[in-house]
This record gives sequence, C-alpha cells and structure tokens, in this order.
Amino acid sequence: MPLSDDLRDLYQQVILDHSRNPRNHGEIPPPCLHAHGDNPSCGDEIDVWLRLSEDGQNIDDLKFTGQGCAISQASASMMTQKIKGKSQAKAAAMREDFRRLVMGDGTPTDEDSLGELVLLEGVQKFPQRVKCAMLAWRALEQALESGRV
Amino acid sequence: MDWHRIRSDFPILDQQVNGHPLVYLDSAASSQKPRAVINALSHYYQHDNSNVHRALHELSSRATDAFEAARKKVARFIGTATEDEIIFTRGCTEGINLVANTWGVQNLRSGDVILITGMEHHSNLVPWQLLAQRTGATLKHIPVLDDGTLDTAAVEMLLTEQVKLFAFVHISNSLGTINPARELCAKAKAVGAVTLLDGAQSTGHMPVNMLDIGCDFFVFSGHKMCAPTGIGVLYGRYALLKAMPPWHGGGEMIASVTLEGSTFKEPPHRFEAGTPDIAGVIGLGAAIDYLEAIGLENIQRHDTNLSNYAMQCMSEVPGIRILGPQSGHRGSLVAFHLDFAHPHDLVEYANTYGIAMRGGNHCTQPLMKRFKVPGTTRASFYFYNTIEEINRLVEVLLAARKFFT
Repeated sequence: MPLSDDLRDLYQQVILDHSRNPRNHGEIPPPCLHAHGDNPSCGDEIDVWLRLSEDGQNIDDLKFTGQGCAISQASASMMTQKIKGKSQAKAAAMREDFRRLVMGDGTPTDEDSLGELVLLEGVQKFPQRVKCAMLAWRALEQALESGRV
Repeated sequence: MDWHRIRSDFPILDQQVNGHPLVYLDSAASSQKPRAVINALSHYYQHDNSNVHRALHELSSRATDAFEAARKKVARFIGTATEDEIIFTRGCTEGINLVANTWGVQNLRSGDVILITGMEHHSNLVPWQLLAQRTGATLKHIPVLDDGTLDTAAVEMLLTEQVKLFAFVHISNSLGTINPARELCAKAKAVGAVTLLDGAQSTGHMPVNMLDIGCDFFVFSGHKMCAPTGIGVLYGRYALLKAMPPWHGGGEMIASVTLEGSTFKEPPHRFEAGTPDIAGVIGLGAAIDYLEAIGLENIQRHDTNLSNYAMQCMSEVPGIRILGPQSGHRGSLVAFHLDFAHPHDLVEYANTYGIAMRGGNHCTQPLMKRFKVPGTTRASFYFYNTIEEINRLVEVLLAARKFFT
C-alpha cells in the first residue's frame, strides 16, 4: 500500500530503529538524579536517570527506561545520545531548539547540534504527537531541576 | 435488511479522509448520527425552539410536548414501569454522579461496602471512590479473569450483606465482555444491595428492558446510540427516586420557593434543575424512533456478525493479542495489542488510510494494568459498518506489520 509522505517523515527508519533498539537504556545506580515523566492520556512513560560532574556543570551520564509509542521512545533514545557529555546550559539550549523544531515554533538557534534529532521534525505535522516527542525532555528538565537546591 | 441502504442514512460516512474512504471504527467512543436525528434537531430549532415547562405560549407548549413525548419514548425503549423513572442527564457520567451524590450520600455509612468490578470505565469507578472517601464506606471490586469475564466465584464471596450498592458495566468498553446483568442483579437483590448498571455500550446495540434485568439504577448516553452529544438518561426505580434528596438546586426542580426555604418537585423533575438540553432530548427521541424502525434485535444480530467476522480475520494477524472473550457472545468491539506497534503508532498509521480507531487506555487504566498492556487499539462497530471495512482494516494491520518491523 502506498504510504503518505507525512507518515514516512514521521516514522523514518532511524526513528523506528531507535524505538526498537533504544540506546542508553537502563537505570543509573545512586547517587544520581532521576525524574519520572508520563502522559496519562496515552500511557507513555519515561524515567530519566543522570549523573552530573563533580562541579555540577556537566551531564556525565544519562540513561532512560520507559514504555510507549515509537516517537516517545525514539526521542528519549536520541536525546540521551546527544545530551550525554554536554553541559547543563547546552542541554537547556538544545531542549529549546528541539521544542521549536517539533512544534514548528520559530527557528532553532543551533540546528546543527541537534544532529539526527532533526529527523523528528516530521512530528510538526502531527500536533497530538508533540507531547510524545517532548516527554523525555520534560523528564530531563525535571531531573536537572531536582538537583538544584 | 438492506444494510447498505441504512448506511446511506449517515451522511458523514460518505467522505474521504487522507485520500481514502472513511472507515469509521470508533462507535464505542461516539456513534455517528443519521439524517433523521440531524433533521429533528434542525426542525426543532427552525420551528419549535423555546423553553420548556414555563411559558404559556404556543412555541413553549410545542417544545414541552416534544420534550415530554421523548421521555415517554425512552421509558418504552428501556422498558420501565413509568416515564417518571426517566431523568435526563448529560450522559452516563452525570447519571452515576447523581446517584452517588444523592442516594449514595443519604444511604451509605462507614462499614458499608460499595461493590464494583475490575472492568469499570473510570466514570463508574471514580464517583464511588469519592463517595467512599466521603462516607467512610469501603470500595471493593470483583476481579476479571484472563478470558475477560468476571470471576463468578468471587461474586459469591464478595456479594455479602455489607454490600449496599453493586455498580457494574453491562458491556465492557475495553473487552467487549457482556456481563450477565439479570443474574447479577438477582444475586445483589438477594443480599439487599441496590444495583446500578452502566448501559453505555449496550443501549442501542441490543434490547434492554429494566423490568426484565431488574436493576435499580441504569445509565446510558445518547451519543453512543445515534443521538446528539450532551444528552443521556438515568433510570431509577421510582420508590428509590422518591426518597432521594435533590442534587442540583435551581429552577425547574422546585415546587415553591421562599427566601427561607424551598420544596421540591416529585421525580423526575426534582433532578432536572435548570433549562435542560431540549434539542438533545428531542434528538434522542428521534434516535430511538430510528433504531426501533430498524429493530434492536436486527441491530444486535448485525453487530454480532461484524464482530465475529472481525475476530476471525484479525486473529490471523501475526503478533496480535485480542483482549476479552475469544468467542461466543460479545459486544461489537475488538480491542487488541500488537507486538510490533504501540497503539498510538498504529492508530496514526491507520488514520493515514482513512481508518478511525481509538488507541490508549479507554478510560480503564486498572484494566490495562490487569492485562499488563500499556494500552490497546480498539476497533468498534455499529450497524452502519460493513464487511468490506473490516477487510480493509485487516489489510492495513498487515501493512502496518511490514512497516513497523
């Protein structure tokens, strides 16, 4: 059956591959920062686990566990790959750029640094799936928030 | 029956979605409306619109007559002793909350048990949780077996004399299970429990008769049976209704009012404060006329044929797990889980081929947990669906398997 272009954009091979074989999947043993995110209306769940550098500036390790649709799981997997090793400030900037990308809300300031995350741009055409793509990122933000005193 | 001609009564079905003919398989969430119902609404607003029960002018008496005639129709449709047992609500949810907040608050005490089942829609669960918190009563539930039916041994154990209310669903919106309503109501009656039956998925799909089933309260929603959204019915046995305090106060429900206090009308008007959804009630009456002209037995037979055919074809899709009773008597819906695609991915995929289904927890989160699935996809049928549409669904499921694996 012929596929619509929008659907092909939404579910690119790289995205399906991340959802089937998620990277950085698992928990980080304590001490670590952790947050749970869910979309109650659809049942998607993501737990984000991260460890900061000694000075608290850098995200040295980042993993996730969860269940849900291909978009939510692929976004989480790709996020961990891109964010791991970055500074908190860079992570916040990338989160904002990613949000702009999937919502079609303005131009990302540094699209290049998003790397293959730009493949999730197809979500723009499916507004109800934005919350799926953003789920891991919301959890990441909450986990970082929990580390600030 | 000429089901293809009947299908043409539904103008909405004749359209393309994403370049494909619409295949509407979400009637368990909300059914489509036949021209007869749409015309009844239009006629009412063009010719008779006015408030009911108040003014003495011609339009008001026409509106009132049509409104009260619809109440009589509902009473006959669900087989009640009198139309005074029919209360118009916004839908099942409001009906259940009305019972919880009036009969429930008046009759439940600490130590009493409210019994439900593990397959209730949130609308027949959350109001009882709130009532239990408020009164100190305990909420218990009958477990669901792996085949999607109720654990009958547990019914015997749990249905004790402490049970003051037994509320359960007639047909499960997530499993398709048809519960033995008459038998369960008789058992409840034997221990002195009042029963509330949630008829959201059964009314309009099969004949329902209050006197035959023997329940004390019954709720249904118009929009799931060809009527407009925003209108539903609570049936209550008159002796119970008569003893119940009002819920919402306001116009329409009072007999006399002074600044110090008020007296209230008899049921059903005691429970219908404010201007009701008059057009909705008239539309509901038109829907009942329409369904009765086809015949509820005919509808049930056709629904059952469709769902049996769907079960048979869909069970051949590799990686599918169909929830609920695997054979025999079941409601006209098939809820399933695929090992290759999450429900939302599948629903999105099917939508691009013009197929409308529901994916998620279907407002039954405890049941999803019970069957250890993150959610399911549900294809639900009504008499306007066709075998060709089910073939189309299976074709798309097979294509989805190729796409997602």
